[in-house]
Amino acid sequence: MTTHGSQSQFSRFVSEQRRAGTLVLQPRMGFGDPARMRRGLLAVRSAGLPAIGTVTLDSYTRHNAHDEAAAALASGVELNGYPLVAIPLGRTARMLEGVRCAEFPVQVRHGSAQPEQIFATMLALGLDASEGGPVSYCLPYSRIPLRVATAAWARAVRVLADRRDRGMLCHLESFGGCMLGQLCPPSLLVALSVLECLFFVEHGLGSVSASYAQQTNADQDAEALWALRRLCAEELSTVDHHLVLYTYMGLYPATRAGGRVLLSDSVRLAVRTGTERLIVKTTAEAHRIPTIAENVEALRLAHECARTAPGPEPAPAGDTEVYLQARALVDAVRCLAPTLTEALPLAFERGLLDVPYCLHPDNRNDARCVIDPDGRLVWWDTGRLPLPTALGGRRRTERVGAARLLADLTHHRRRLDHTTVSAGPRHAGNERHGQRVPH
Amino acid sequence: MGKLELETRKHAAGGGRLKFLVSSVPTDSHTWNLVVLQLLIEEMGHQVVNLGACVPVDLLLAACRAERPDYVVLSTVNGHGQADGARVIAALRGDPALAGLTVVIGGRFGTRGDAGPGLRRELLARGYDAVFPADVDGPARAVEQLREFVESRAAEAR
Repeated sequence: MTTHGSQSQFSRFVSEQRRAGTLVLQPRMGFGDPARMRRGLLAVRSAGLPAIGTVTLDSYTRHNAHDEAAAALASGVELNGYPLVAIPLGRTARMLEGVRCAEFPVQVRHGSAQPEQIFATMLALGLDASEGGPVSYCLPYSRIPLRVATAAWARAVRVLADRRDRGMLCHLESFGGCMLGQLCPPSLLVALSVLECLFFVEHGLGSVSASYAQQTNADQDAEALWALRRLCAEELSTVDHHLVLYTYMGLYPATRAGGRVLLSDSVRLAVRTGTERLIVKTTAEAHRIPTIAENVEALRLAHECARTAPGPEPAPAGDTEVYLQARALVDAVRCLAPTLTEALPLAFERGLLDVPYCLHPDNRNDARCVIDPDGRLVWWDTGRLPLPTALGGRRRTERVGAARLLADLTHHRRRLDHTTVSAGPRHAGNERHGQRVPH
Repeated sequence: MGKLELETRKHAAGGGRLKFLVSSVPTDSHTWNLVVLQLLIEEMGHQVVNLGACVPVDLLLAACRAERPDYVVLSTVNGHGQADGARVIAALRGDPALAGLTVVIGGRFGTRGDAGPGLRRELLARGYDAVFPADVDGPARAVEQLREFVESRAAEAR
């Protein structure tokens, strides 16, 4: 594989599409069976869309339980993703043969708090793009201490960065824009995503993307994406970077019609803000892991919607509240220590970063947020976050009750399933896999 | 929710403040179910220790020994609930220090015929005191069943 300038193959593809004014689309696809994984990638590649291929790994591999993944494979149990480490390299090489190329990059998505083995396997196969982060793959999905995850991620990122010596430029996307999938205030998502990108750069990586997940109000989400773009321009000007949006990662509408509305909203949000890449959800999402056909259908719908969406709008002049809050959080964390490897765990210990409702032992869990009558996600209590009252900081004695929390968690489902109930039947699907952890 | 809150106040007024240990099973990373459960049980007037996501069996046993809860409430939604649930209850029932502990499990178990009597019977036979399968559209029903179960146990004890 050849590389040009300072861009990874992954981000070069994204840049070319950006120049053409095209939104890059990507599924969240992953299957345990290599033959099916290959069919899935080929189906995305041959769909005639500006799409990137995804290999999402299973939950055993995420926890480095590779023996268990291998045992499940051997006994014919269906896994909820591709067991990259458990499957012999030669078999994965055959799975990928003739699939990826400059016009069809492939990214590995995994969810691991300790991704060293996953990255080593990826590199052995010539795969150069992945995602995650020391905070975003530790706090929501594991019990591993944040310091342990941060050290593991530091080593793992350096392994990717060192490939530069052999002419391979690797790309990492921060998953910091997701954090529990829903009910995380936009400014905290923006700050975490930027901080994780800075962490990647600190360990030598030269090509990153910052993420943001669609929340509950389109105008607020647009503000957040513009704030993210501005912070990236200010903090990451020396490295290749772009933005990626995730279609809603929380409790997804149960009806096909409701799911399509939410997906279309996310496409228009991406186009409006000039966001380069979008990771889509399917209408089957609320019920089970989507099929290949459902993934391709979602990509087609998104592409059609992007082609007809109104074009990009200019970012608002001046400082928005999302920007000012995110800027304050980033600055406060960077002041804690000379490196982010030290500063990130310290920030959570002191409550300068605090993810609402996150139960990980290293998260203070003092901060709270709610959805206001306009559908905007607002702080209810900022705990010890370094946000003065003038910037939206607030403390409260009364807490958010179960009824309010349940209502906020089901916001889109109540909004979209009810209004579109006559537009189509509930999605038919068994619940064999349950709802997968978003990644 | 009005009825629930009313019942809650009634129960709390009865002075029956109990200690609940809420936990995920080993392979399940989901936490919103645990967060909501904690709030609902606290609003019933009880105390909650929430162990969070992906709780290894050893950690659960240690927490049960240390906390001595009145109820252990396991919640699972990732589709491995039947296998994980069986593994967890075998360990809990195999620990002599935890004899007599009340253990219930609820959530989405992920097999076809999810909420059918077969799954419930199997998990009860393995040692659970109650099983509350939840439907994707009505998670509140499983919580309501849990509340009724706790109330009936409290009534028996009086």
